[in-house]
Amino acid sequence: MTETSPAILCVRDLRKNYRSGETTLEVLRGVDFDLAAGEFVSIVGQSGSGKSTLLHLMGLLDAADSGSIELDGTRIDGLSSARRDRLRNTAVGMVFQSYHLLPELDALENVLAPLMVRHGVLEWLRVRREAREAARALLDRFGLGGRLRHKPRQLSGGEMQRVAIARALVTRPRVLLADEPTGNLDEATGGGILETLCELNRADGLSIVLVTHDAAVARRADRIVRLAAGRVDDAADPAARRLAG
Amino acid sequence: MYKLLLCWRYLRTRWIALASIVSVTLGVATMIVVNAVMAGFSYEMQTRIHGILSDLVFESHSLSGFQDPAWHMAEIKRAAGDDIVGMTPTVAVPAMLNFQVRGQWITRQIMLIGIDEATHAQVSDFGRYLQHPANRGQLSFGLRDGGYDTVDSQSDTKAVTRPALEGAGWPHRRMRVARERVWREKLEADRRAGAASEPAEAGPARSVDQQVDAVLAATSAEPPAVGAEPPAADTAAGPAKPADPFRQARPEEGTRMDPANEQFTGIVPGIGLASFRDNAGTDRFLVLPGDDVKVTFPTAGTPPKAVSDTFTVVDFYESKMSEYDSNFVFVPIASLQRMRGMIDPQSGLASVNSIQIKLRDGADLDSVRDRLRKVFPADLYAVSTWRDKQGPLLAAVDMEMSVLNILLFLIIAVAGFGILAIFFMIVVEKTRDIGILKSLGAGAGGIGGIFLGYGLFLGIVGAGAGLALGLSIAWNINSIRAGVEWCTGERVFDPSIYYFYRIPSIVHPFTVCWIIVGAVGIAVASSVLPALRAARLHPVEALRHD
Repeated sequence: MTETSPAILCVRDLRKNYRSGETTLEVLRGVDFDLAAGEFVSIVGQSGSGKSTLLHLMGLLDAADSGSIELDGTRIDGLSSARRDRLRNTAVGMVFQSYHLLPELDALENVLAPLMVRHGVLEWLRVRREAREAARALLDRFGLGGRLRHKPRQLSGGEMQRVAIARALVTRPRVLLADEPTGNLDEATGGGILETLCELNRADGLSIVLVTHDAAVARRADRIVRLAAGRVDDAADPAARRLAG
Repeated sequence: MYKLLLCWRYLRTRWIALASIVSVTLGVATMIVVNAVMAGFSYEMQTRIHGILSDLVFESHSLSGFQDPAWHMAEIKRAAGDDIVGMTPTVAVPAMLNFQVRGQWITRQIMLIGIDEATHAQVSDFGRYLQHPANRGQLSFGLRDGGYDTVDSQSDTKAVTRPALEGAGWPHRRMRVARERVWREKLEADRRAGAASEPAEAGPARSVDQQVDAVLAATSAEPPAVGAEPPAADTAAGPAKPADPFRQARPEEGTRMDPANEQFTGIVPGIGLASFRDNAGTDRFLVLPGDDVKVTFPTAGTPPKAVSDTFTVVDFYESKMSEYDSNFVFVPIASLQRMRGMIDPQSGLASVNSIQIKLRDGADLDSVRDRLRKVFPADLYAVSTWRDKQGPLLAAVDMEMSVLNILLFLIIAVAGFGILAIFFMIVVEKTRDIGILKSLGAGAGGIGGIFLGYGLFLGIVGAGAGLALGLSIAWNINSIRAGVEWCTGERVFDPSIYYFYRIPSIVHPFTVCWIIVGAVGIAVASSVLPALRAARLHPVEALRHD
């Protein structure tokens, strides 16, 4: 992607500490990070470098101690919890290492879950048909057309992750945040998932942030951001690229 | 929307939650049944109490009473106005009742009440409680020629529980008199034969009855003519002397009555004084209509003297309140006034000790009572409502009911703690799912709502099942009782104790609503804490939870 594309996600001097009793753990110590629209960025770093925390902050699951996050030019840190809930539901899609599907719901219902969260009962009755169609189309696209009524425990890891991706996409988010999406999968399956993400990025122009510690996975992205000790590694992107390569 | 779906899914996959439903159900069912039965008992009791006591009782503090009831009634009418629809004077004195069973004299302490047979049934349900259909219409102190109910007219059962009343009345009286005469003649013959051979040996052949008669005749001031068993009927009914000046005052004086065709003054004893119920539920009678009894009571003078007279039982009074049924005995007020010397010989005005007042339906008892209290000085007259009269009893029943309700509600509260524990477990178990929902944009309110809705659902289902169970038990309690009795062979509800043939049960919709709302409320309240805990979970930590 080109450098001239407007930044869809803009992180400035982000800091986050975790306190447990007397000790304070500085996880993020002033992270600056930009994501251009349609860009596919990998964030790599060792365990404890703060990459997951950064993803959680961008996904509005947690609140930063200081610094700012802008999504499409709007500050999203420091919002009321209701606004954050709303944004999580509409603007951001998240995929996790351990899939995080709801075990009581089947594949289709899991994909529909964000839309059910969004709509009240009456509204849901009105949009239900449309939502179902969208969810079914997504699952079809990921090769799960025949497994709509299967519960997560009846699905393989790769299938579960594809359901999770479909769930993240059904809300048409501005950005997809993926936290080690291939971490629990074997190489072939993980490759398939990665391929799916790349395809989404290429075909749909979806902006993706992928957190991983696997250099081979990170290499598939347009750009690699290296986190170390709570900061973006000063080494420029090309260097990071070299390192990874 | 997800709340409904998840509530439903959790309910379907967490059968353990149904355990707490069962305790809610049982608690609600128990409360409904107990309240229905207690309300039934309370209603029966109040009806009985109110049935025998009129709405208002206006009474004198003295057993001697007050003079001129007509004037008092006019004054009461003036004070209370249109609220009054009926009044009747009564005289009530403590007394002793004597009657013979198998030659043994039985003495019982009673409350002797003189009533005006024409008006008494107008102020209370008195008439309903009598055993002869005609007396229920209009009481007569004359002995009836049979036709007494062998079936309890106040019960729904058609079983004959009082076979002894079949021949009661004049037939019984005639039979008894004839049998006594046969015995007397036989004894007489035996004694004559015995006296010829061995005069001293008369004891064994002599009936106790006769011995007592002899003793009574020697000790009583009464002329033996008024005794229960004149020696021979054919020698009775001597020619009256028309010129006798005392004849008008005591027409029966000096005459001998024929017990087979004449009766003494009628008397209506409470059925509990004269009968008992055996294990089979049949009433056995010690005395029947047609038998004679003796009553001893104090005169109205100062100091009172005890006087006795003989009465003929003409009916039984059964209010089903054992306190009244084994205590109250009714006689005609005029006779009692005369016997007690309550009629002023100069003015001819009679005294009574109380006036029973019936108010129109819907009248405020307490306000009428207070108006009367203003008019009549409290040191001479006591005015009370039927509730005042039985205040402690009614209050005790009310308190018993509230205490029972509190205790039973604790059962549901226990169910609430069960829900609390199970919900906490579910919240812990579902922590990750809660994190997932939060990551999908569900708010704290929405997450809390799942658990509150879940609690509400459990409460509604539990209370609904309890409602159905409770109502079906309350409405069929007597069939259930019969079933239990059949299975266990034990008598669960002994009619000889309660004087009811069936367990009364009244379902008050208001009480039921209150119970349901309470149970659902407890279910929701006990899911509040788990719901709060779920709502406050931090999404990142929840997602990490395993």
